[in-house]
Amino acid sequence: MTSQIETQPDYNYAVVRQFTVMTIIWGIVGMGVGVLIAAQLIWPALNFDTPWLTYSRLRPLHTNAVIFAFGTCALMATSFYVVQRTCQTKLFGGPLAQVVFWGWQLVILSAAITLPLGYTTSKEYAELEWPIDILIAVVWVIYAIVFFGTIVKRKTSHIYVANWFFGGFIITVAVLHIVNSAAVPVAMMKSYSVYAGAVDAMVQWWYGHNAVGFLLTAGFLGMMYYFVPKQAGRPVYSYRLSIVHFWALTSVYIWAGPHHLHYTALPDWAQSLGMVMSLILFAPSWGGMINGIMTLSGAWHKLRYDPILRFLIVSLSFYGMSTFEGPMMAIKTVNALSHYTDWTVGHVHSGALGWVAMVSIGAVYHLIPNLFGQGAMYSTRLINVHFWLATVGTVLYIVAMWISGVMQGLMWRAVNSDGTLTYSFVESLQASYPFYFVRFLGGAIFLTGMLIMAYNAYKTIVAPKGSLQPEVQEA
Amino acid sequence: MSTFWSVWITVITLIVIFGCAILLYWCAKDKMGVEEGKSMGHSFDGIEELNTDLPKWWVGLFAFTIVGSLIYVLLFPSFGGFGNGLLGWTSADYDITSKAESVERAKESNSQYQREVNAAEEKYGEVFKALAYGDDGKYLPIEEISHNPEAVKVGQRLFLQNCAQCHGSDAKGATGFPNLTDNDWLYGGSGDKIKETLMEGRVGLMPVRGLLSEEQLAGEGMQNLVSYVLSLSGRKVNAIEAQKGKELFGACMACHGVDGKGNQALGAPNLTDNIWLYGGSRKAVEATLRHGRNGVMPAWKDILGEDKIQIISAYVYSLSNEKE
Repeated sequence: MTSQIETQPDYNYAVVRQFTVMTIIWGIVGMGVGVLIAAQLIWPALNFDTPWLTYSRLRPLHTNAVIFAFGTCALMATSFYVVQRTCQTKLFGGPLAQVVFWGWQLVILSAAITLPLGYTTSKEYAELEWPIDILIAVVWVIYAIVFFGTIVKRKTSHIYVANWFFGGFIITVAVLHIVNSAAVPVAMMKSYSVYAGAVDAMVQWWYGHNAVGFLLTAGFLGMMYYFVPKQAGRPVYSYRLSIVHFWALTSVYIWAGPHHLHYTALPDWAQSLGMVMSLILFAPSWGGMINGIMTLSGAWHKLRYDPILRFLIVSLSFYGMSTFEGPMMAIKTVNALSHYTDWTVGHVHSGALGWVAMVSIGAVYHLIPNLFGQGAMYSTRLINVHFWLATVGTVLYIVAMWISGVMQGLMWRAVNSDGTLTYSFVESLQASYPFYFVRFLGGAIFLTGMLIMAYNAYKTIVAPKGSLQPEVQEA
Repeated sequence: MSTFWSVWITVITLIVIFGCAILLYWCAKDKMGVEEGKSMGHSFDGIEELNTDLPKWWVGLFAFTIVGSLIYVLLFPSFGGFGNGLLGWTSADYDITSKAESVERAKESNSQYQREVNAAEEKYGEVFKALAYGDDGKYLPIEEISHNPEAVKVGQRLFLQNCAQCHGSDAKGATGFPNLTDNDWLYGGSGDKIKETLMEGRVGLMPVRGLLSEEQLAGEGMQNLVSYVLSLSGRKVNAIEAQKGKELFGACMACHGVDGKGNQALGAPNLTDNIWLYGGSRKAVEATLRHGRNGVMPAWKDILGEDKIQIISAYVYSLSNEKE
């Protein structure tokens, strides 16, 4: 692979390197905060009676850090890398790529300061106040200019499927963010949404679910479509499947938001459509998994010795599981049990840890040697250790949340012979404690893997250029 | 909802669902001009794409969800303001605008919510009636119900579900929410008084500075009055301060009585028993005096109905009147 790089055009790898390194750092920060708040649920004293260490302020910090710092840095790194290599041309816009990098780090830093201080719009995943929202919009538009500018000046005749997904993600996230964040500022750090009542709730979940749909699904599918075939050295399984699942996914996902508002003041018709569109979404979502996993046809043996490929393939398995679970949870009768319980938290993390984090980790392990002039990572064994820590951590986490979630749902609906509730809320909370501990353990194990990755990446980066070469494998 | 928006929703819904069907049909049929299983002929950074047929089971799955969804949107409300679907199902009665109307229409309503409420009413209403009524068809006295362990158990469950949010699951209250186990009553502790509190709710108003003026509490006035109020419960205070404070207390007697023992007709707390609704520290008492207090117990008659309140009252009564 090193020889390939030398013969290729003068790509802008500086920005990719920056984003890749920050992906690891923000991953550790975001997941570290997650482990802390998971521990606070078991040992509340861990907030040390300090307002800015309370669960309520750190929880949005955790979600923002993993989605917009870790996840989005990974997407920016990989999209800038992939768009250059698959378009055979350097990034468009020269210094604009650096504006995207530093602008985005400024957004993250502002979030890391304002959220613990208690500044929040109270909209989930859109907590940041209006000045930061404006900064996000500006940086995002520049990101779009760099990305699409590169597509426009491409040297290839077609646009590769990974770039369809990256493109769809970039455009939609811009629209979602700008529409949902529309607000009337009343002070430097305080604003009120322009929407009210059920409309506000609908706009919020139209945004919220499509942050999942376009950022955490479409964006990472773009990542998958490059790194899986590249790492496996195999052609993409089916071009036609790419087409049908891309267009179906992007046109249907945008409807799914109302399933977050089942049995609320949202009109019935909106709830119905949110549910059926979520169900239609099932097959298009699985299209990506099939295309990814089947790309390995004829190269399955590589899983035996390539832990990077293992990360990518296991991520697709978790992706398939989450995208089956999601439509099921969108069915109103299932939702009546699952909603507001830990099942939802488990579902999110099977997507966030199992899919988003694992596919990003696989991509980062592929990227680092290529970006820093090495033939391989410092230690393949450590990648393997990381792989097992990540898998075990994810499984512990989601199984704990499944059990605790279903248990909560059943406890909340249990009634006595006189129709009164059998359990008070506190009783269901008490029953959840053992599972909170398992969840904390799962998270801590996953975080340990991230620290090992950071060490491995550091050793790879500081090693003399070209000194690390892959171990030779029998074909 | 205006016709325009209903048309808009209907049109884009059908475009998306049928669009998926057409896309699936086309991609399952078309051969892309390339032989099955061969490369499409473009290479991106060394990655090629094969022209593989869509997996049959996947096409079947996709088609199944599309057909299922079309059936669902016909049966259930889906097209904006255009009807409620063939089944006429609704989640709630959206057009009801008042409590009275809701009560009036409850029986014949077809909304899922009202049907479930009606079913529960029918199934469980009898349980409460059996506990609350005597053979003569009239309510049993609350004091009597409180001797029925079964009724107290049911009352406790109702309490945990509806009252514990403020009064605590042990009914011992919290700052601003009375302890219901100490036989100290703001409005009276007889069965009927407890029931009255539950049915109609209460508003406990301590005016700002009581009835005193800002001048009277200026300087050492506040400190003196606080000392006197605390002395009523036998707390150790500066005797000179308390003596001066007693003069100011004259304005408080209208509600709290000459001896500070309160007045249940007004809900004015007894100040001599060292039980403090809003805290008994000097600071808390001063805050009560300076800013006033505004305690609200909501009226529950429309929410729970009289039968359940009869039973909850018996439970609350039993807390301060353990078995004789």
